[in-house]
Amino acid sequence: MAMVVAREWREIPGRYNLEGTKCGCCGRIFFPSRAFCPDCRRESIGKMAPFRLSRKGEVYSFSVVHEASNINRRMMPYTVAFIRNDDGVMLAGQIVDIEPEKVCIGMKVHAVLRKLDEDGNAGIIHYAFKFVPDE
Amino acid sequence: MRDVAVIGVGSTKFGELWGESFRALGIEAGARAMKDANMGGDEIDAIYIGNMSAGRLINQQHIDALIADYTGMAADHVPATRVEAGGASGGVAFRQGVMAVASGMHNCVIVGGAEKMTDMDDVSINDVLNATADAEWEAGMGLTLPSLYAMISRRMISEGIATREEIAACAVNSHFHGAFNQDAQFQKAVSLDTVLRSGPVADPLSVFDCAPISDGASAVILCPLEEAKQHTDSYVKVAATMQASDTLALYQRPTITSFGATAAAAQRAYQAAHISAHDIDVAEIHDDFTVAGVMALQDLALFPKGEAGKAFLEGQTKFDAGRVAVNTSGGLKAKGYPVGAAGVSQIVELTDQLLGRAQGRQVKDAKYGLAQSVGGTGSAVTVTILEAI
Repeated sequence: MAMVVAREWREIPGRYNLEGTKCGCCGRIFFPSRAFCPDCRRESIGKMAPFRLSRKGEVYSFSVVHEASNINRRMMPYTVAFIRNDDGVMLAGQIVDIEPEKVCIGMKVHAVLRKLDEDGNAGIIHYAFKFVPDE
Repeated sequence: MRDVAVIGVGSTKFGELWGESFRALGIEAGARAMKDANMGGDEIDAIYIGNMSAGRLINQQHIDALIADYTGMAADHVPATRVEAGGASGGVAFRQGVMAVASGMHNCVIVGGAEKMTDMDDVSINDVLNATADAEWEAGMGLTLPSLYAMISRRMISEGIATREEIAACAVNSHFHGAFNQDAQFQKAVSLDTVLRSGPVADPLSVFDCAPISDGASAVILCPLEEAKQHTDSYVKVAATMQASDTLALYQRPTITSFGATAAAAQRAYQAAHISAHDIDVAEIHDDFTVAGVMALQDLALFPKGEAGKAFLEGQTKFDAGRVAVNTSGGLKAKGYPVGAAGVSQIVELTDQLLGRAQGRQVKDAKYGLAQSVGGTGSAVTVTILEAI
């Protein structure tokens, strides 16, 4: 099932550049972007500013996927993880360029731009951040 | 608000029911519940249906109209409403039905839950299930629903809350009970070793940590408590039914080793029923993954954090262990997991337990039963407490 291209480019700031939002009231950072802060609510409307997140962080938890959905079936088994970045914000994504059995909680990683998926032979190619081990 | 009673329950068999269509399953469950309540279709004022994804699984939207039509109730223009909340669809549909009767808006209501999953290939079914998480920022990034629960498991293990064996023991408990349930998909006990040695799905979780793909339907009939006796002598009281929400994406929460929505719904339910967790005799919990069962026991305060996994491993949750019997139906793992039916089938099992008719797995002197229904990774949770009258 292919979606229109707009669905892809609309999310480019987040998917490519890790752009979220920061609340102008309390300073909390959100990824993906939010229109208002769940803590400050009405006060924060109009005060949410774009914020580019640090691409560095460490593994909070991870899993090795052996049964994938239609996305990524070619890649199995592959590693997915929750990463706490250096801003203290949690992110979800894949870890690549390392054998799954070498991944551990606390491992230092950074975000790179990689191909995620493609809509068949003629559809668009999806890109997004994935994480690779430091050094 | 009026007190509400469950006056009739019914389920189809759960499993890979190749010969049965969605509409056939829904009608069979409804007819059984109506018969149990000694009622005719002309006495029903409203229909609520829990269903996760007929639109994708059988390419049929508007199943509310389908059910109204094929139960014959469309002839009387009875209103029908389909409710979707991922895995909690059945639990939320039940709560909608209770609210309709409690408020006085409707008098007699049928709540159904149904899912026909095996018409679709296995890989595409995973796509549908993964979409109950955050489709853009979790599933869209390559994360699967099992992998999200696997990441919870890894944190549980690393923080010392439960061991891998204790997590796996949840499936052993469910299968132990499933062997007594003739409607269950898997009527077979399994060993801890079988769970641990099954093929990998999302490390550290394996095939036996995950509830199966199933077809099936369940239904219950509700009416005001004070009118229940006009229909039947076999009924139970809805002591409380509460619901809570959390972030859609698991990764945006302060902790992933507890579901805040389960804890919130449970506290509200205990308060409304004027009881505490210690009063619960039998609980049906949402073990779509073994680790979810462990979390449920601690978030519902049935066991302290760190003790829930042990409870499964030591058999404290068996129907005759005398503490709190958990998933006497076989749970989602052994009874089967037709998603929209799950929350309603829990009410069926608890009603049978509280009425003393849970053959082979009857909990002695059961007074209070609790059902927990979960959508996604705890983004929507209902907790219902039923009371024997």
